[in-house]
Order: sequence, then C-alpha cells, then structure tokens
Amino acid sequence: MYDSQWRDWKPYVSPNDPCPPIRVKWYIVPPNLFIPFQPMNLPQFPPEEALRRGTLWPALYSPYTSRRSVKGGKPNG
Amino acid sequence: MAEYNNREERADPPKSKRAENADRNDHSAYCADLEELQAVDFALVELTLYLDTHPMDMQAVQQFNQLVQRRQQLAAAFEMKHGPLMQFGHSYSRFPWQWVDTPWPWQV
Amino acid sequence: MWIYEKKLQYPVRVSKCDPRMARYLIEQYGGADGELSAALRYLNQRYTIPDKVIGLLTDIGTEEFAHLEMIATMVYKLTKDATPEQLEAAGLGPHFVNHDHALFYHNAAGVPWTAAYIQAKGDPIADLYEDIAAEEKARATYQWLIDYTDDVDLQDSLKFLREREIVHSLRFKEAVEILKADREQKKVF
Repeated sequence: MYDSQWRDWKPYVSPNDPCPPIRVKWYIVPPNLFIPFQPMNLPQFPPEEALRRGTLWPALYSPYTSRRSVKGGKPNG
Repeated sequence: MAEYNNREERADPPKSKRAENADRNDHSAYCADLEELQAVDFALVELTLYLDTHPMDMQAVQQFNQLVQRRQQLAAAFEMKHGPLMQFGHSYSRFPWQWVDTPWPWQV
Repeated sequence: MWIYEKKLQYPVRVSKCDPRMARYLIEQYGGADGELSAALRYLNQRYTIPDKVIGLLTDIGTEEFAHLEMIATMVYKLTKDATPEQLEAAGLGPHFVNHDHALFYHNAAGVPWTAAYIQAKGDPIADLYEDIAAEEKARATYQWLIDYTDDVDLQDSLKFLREREIVHSLRFKEAVEILKADREQKKVF
C-alpha cells in the first residue's frame, strides 16, 4: 500500500556524461497531496503505535526507507 | 550534575555491579513511564491540531476530553515517581525544590 | 504565555558515536528550513492571521519548539563526549573553536540563522502557502538526513519528525480551505 507513495522518472542520459549515469530517480508523493481536507472518523492507530509512526491516522502515514542501498531502500538506479 | 573538563577528569568512585544494575533498572523504568506518557500526550497533540481545523467534530472533542482525563492520571503518577514536569505552578514540588533536578530531557 | 514541559515529545536514542552526523543535523536546528525557522515563522504570523486559524499557527509553532529540542538532543548526545580531535575530524572544527561543545543556531555550512529565512507578508494566503512550502522543505531535509545515517535509532527519530512535517503541511492546507470559505462548495467533513 505504501509503495504507491513513490514515483519515478528517467533523467536524460547523454553520451557525453562523464560519470556513470543514474538512470532512474525517485521522489515521494506524501498523503497530504491527496487529502484536501481530512474527513471525519478516519481509523486511528492505538496510542503507542501512533507515537512510533508520528501520526494518529494510518491514512496520513508515509513510510520512508533510507536510500542507501545497504539498507534495502530505493537507491537511484 | 557537575561537568568535568577532559583535562581535569576526576572519576567518581567506581560503582558496584549491583549499584550499576540498579541504576540501569531505574533508568529503564523511568523511560518506560516516560514513553507511556509521551504516547498519550502525542495523541493529544494530534487531536489538538486536528480540532484546530475541524472544530465541529463532536466525536473528536469527546475523544480529546477522555484522553485529557487519562493524561492527568498518568502525569500525576509520573510526577509522584519522577518529579515535576512543568514549572511556574503547573506541577507541585517536594522539598528540596525538585525542578532543578536532573535528568533534563536531552540528557536522558 | 509559554510553559515548558520537562520531557521530549518523542524519545531520542542515538546508538552510533558519529559526531559527523551532528554537523548535518544542525541544519534542522539553525538552517533555513529547520525547526527554529518554523517555530518563529508560525508564532510571528499568528498575530495578524485571520482569527479562525490563530489556534493552528500557535499550536504548530509550539510543537516546532519541541522538535527543535529533539534536534538539540541529537546534536548534544553526538558531541558532548567528543574530543577536539574528533570534532575536527567530523568537520566541526570551526564550530568548536567558536563554541566549544555549545550548540548554536547555524546551518550545516556554518551560516548563522537569520530572520531572512522567514517571512510574514500579512496576506493570509501568502503566509499559509509559505508555511506549506516550509513543511515540505523540512520533510525533504529529513529524508536526506535519514539517507545520510545508518544509525537505526537516529533514523527512527528523524522519521517521526518527517511524518510530523507531513501532518503539519496537511493542516496548513486545511487552513487555506477554511479561509477560502467557499460558500457554494459543500464542505466534505
């Protein structure tokens, strides 16, 4: 579900580029882009989990994994 | 707690293993109590911001007030054990004056 | 009136002794898109914003001070036991020469904080759009900081702070909707 918060694009690669090209770049589209006004009665996390996640509402949660490849995040490919 | 400069390091007398373990247990208990309070306080912050833009959500106001009650109980218990959380009269103090005690939040 | 609560909003644990990270974290302490900028921006704008959204600006501004304290805690833990040699190796030599182990409001490059980082146009839409942009910039900065450390505990606190920026951004957008006060449009609650 949360993977849908990533978008990718392919930057132009020139044959003259001096360095090994990054062919795919990623960016996040966080949930606040899709919710103009939070509706009432959205489901909530229990308090301890809410604290850990940084929000009471799963609908507003946006996970982020480090892009360092050692962590298995989304490295620019 | 006095800060010793690296150049004039004076070590405290070494603690016994038992004393060190006791310290660690106290610290863990303190952190566990703290986290329980932080969880309730966080829900209250979230609800406050939500209600600032949704003042007509009655159910949310009710949830907020219930959490306030829970919070007051938790905070009172926390303060009995660990000392005052707020200054200027929002918390009580024992003698000697507790507000100046360590640890401060960034030291924990 | 401000009252201080003697606890962090969220527990901060730092597992790796890596003073180098302190140099980058300070960006969120005294940098353009950092927590000090956020707190002062919102708390200043609130004097002249329409009444309906003063509460929101006051509350988010106050929460940003709590976040400032969290960043200070991270920097403090990473530097309090560092020798001058360790600080210099971490790129904090110029800071140390001026401040010893004290924190200070500057960014990762050492540029001191300035009120030029914030604005209050007196126009509520301009002010709120600045606030939304500030939250998005802070969110992005937290992403880069998370990328920069492999200390899982430190990442945990940074992820919390990043999520808060997302929620704040949403609240400011809602404030715009409230001020639009579009009478024809049925508000979807």
